[in-house]
Amino acid sequence: MALSRSGRLINKHPGSAAGRLLAVLPFALLLLAYAVGSDIRLSENPNDKLLPSFSSLADAVERMAFEPDKRTGDYLLWVDTVASLSRLGGGVLLATLLGAGIGITVGLIPYARWTMSAFIAVFAMIPPLAVLPILFITFGLGETSKVALIVFGIAPFMMRDLALRVSELPSEQIVKAQTLGASTWHIAWRIVLPQMMPRIIDALRLSLGSAWLFLIAAEAIAAQSGLGYRIFLLRRYLAMDVILPYVFWITLLAVVFDFILRRYQVWAYPWFVSERAQS
Amino acid sequence: MTEISVRNLWMEYGDQIVLERIDFDVAPHSFVSLVGPSGCGKSTFLRLLLSQEQATRGQILIDGEELPPNPEPDRGVVFQKYSVFPHLTALENVMLGLELDRGGFTGRLYGRAKRRAREEAMEYLGGVGLAAAASKYPSALSGGMQQRLAIAQALIKKPRILLLDEPFGALDPGIRSEVHDLMLRLWWENQMTVFMVTHDLREAFYLGTRVIAFDRVRKREEELERYGATIAFDTPSDPAPFVTELAAKDAAA
Repeated sequence: MALSRSGRLINKHPGSAAGRLLAVLPFALLLLAYAVGSDIRLSENPNDKLLPSFSSLADAVERMAFEPDKRTGDYLLWVDTVASLSRLGGGVLLATLLGAGIGITVGLIPYARWTMSAFIAVFAMIPPLAVLPILFITFGLGETSKVALIVFGIAPFMMRDLALRVSELPSEQIVKAQTLGASTWHIAWRIVLPQMMPRIIDALRLSLGSAWLFLIAAEAIAAQSGLGYRIFLLRRYLAMDVILPYVFWITLLAVVFDFILRRYQVWAYPWFVSERAQS
Repeated sequence: MTEISVRNLWMEYGDQIVLERIDFDVAPHSFVSLVGPSGCGKSTFLRLLLSQEQATRGQILIDGEELPPNPEPDRGVVFQKYSVFPHLTALENVMLGLELDRGGFTGRLYGRAKRRAREEAMEYLGGVGLAAAASKYPSALSGGMQQRLAIAQALIKKPRILLLDEPFGALDPGIRSEVHDLMLRLWWENQMTVFMVTHDLREAFYLGTRVIAFDRVRKREEELERYGATIAFDTPSDPAPFVTELAAKDAAA
């Protein structure tokens, strides 16, 4: 049998410089495709709105971020950002507290598990956007309903995820803690919660994408400010020169949050990272 | 001095009988090795001793009193794995028993009380040769060091009975014999009774002052479910030479 002398594809690895180049490549290609496409469309019709040139994008950013709005005198990008982030932060914070509190209780206490886990499983199946009208009717069109939608959207996932993570703790640990004199409360407070903290960060990272989705959906339907509100408002004027930078800005914020959470996890819970690396 | 009596103990899971007619007494300060083939119920028996599960019939008495319904600090345990807490450093793992005891609602100590607990814990860490690793997390410790840590963590509660569930099974032979001598010394110094489940007969006879084997008497396939394992043999074992040395040293002092 003839053995092939060339390496098999699954065994070939790029060097570190080549790897970095490969990682940048799709971004560069996307930019290039945009530039070419924009150029072609604009040379055919200088008033084309679909793919604005980089200079008109820069003008729009200048207008939205660094010049006061003619009507309200606000710097719209920052007003929108603050409005959206406070909704997102409130919703995510509340969902995390609920998710951790209920998730740990359900995961640790058999009576709570029997009482709650089927209920949470069914509750999690309710499509959050379908209850948005109910939230608007109940909480009005203000901030509460937007925060509530985010909580409704991600808290059930966090509860189920954390309950699962708690039940994955080896039963040896729970028995050992009892032989060291721990009460149920002690086990929750000193054994389970500290080990759940880095896992809460994992759940948070996974939930942030959905949280943004629910935020923008709520803002699109009823709001006076916010990043999602602005995008859907300007859609009526085909203002791609503003919409594209807004989308880019939202993406950038999401990437930065994810990066911060990951870094914080490594810094604050070194034992978790090295344990995960071993398993 | 802790005397243990096991009175006609049966353990059944539904129709399946795992243990039956387990009946024996253990003299104070014994080192009992429990051996037997896989599935003979020796780990089940250890769980009963821990109050992790309740026997279907029969009793376990410690100094004449029935076992409490929950695992308690009077019976320490070292498992083969997962005995130490990954989110605590070696020192914090040993301190935990003191903190839970003295820390009240929060289970934490502060200021002088914390310093005192730390000093105490350092003594136990030193006793198992881990003083230099005090600030390391378990994931940075070798298997043998983790087991030594688990032993120190259990001993700081001064348990009357120490239960070991194949504690040295995953260790390299060289490390193993080191930990064996350490275990014997701690057993000798702490005047406790040790129950050790093991697969290794040499280990069982070397460490134990008594070796009890569980096995099924009836082994035909249709009998496996309805007949549990029971005591197949029960024999005293000479203390290890290391223990004789310790005893001689004590006598001389």
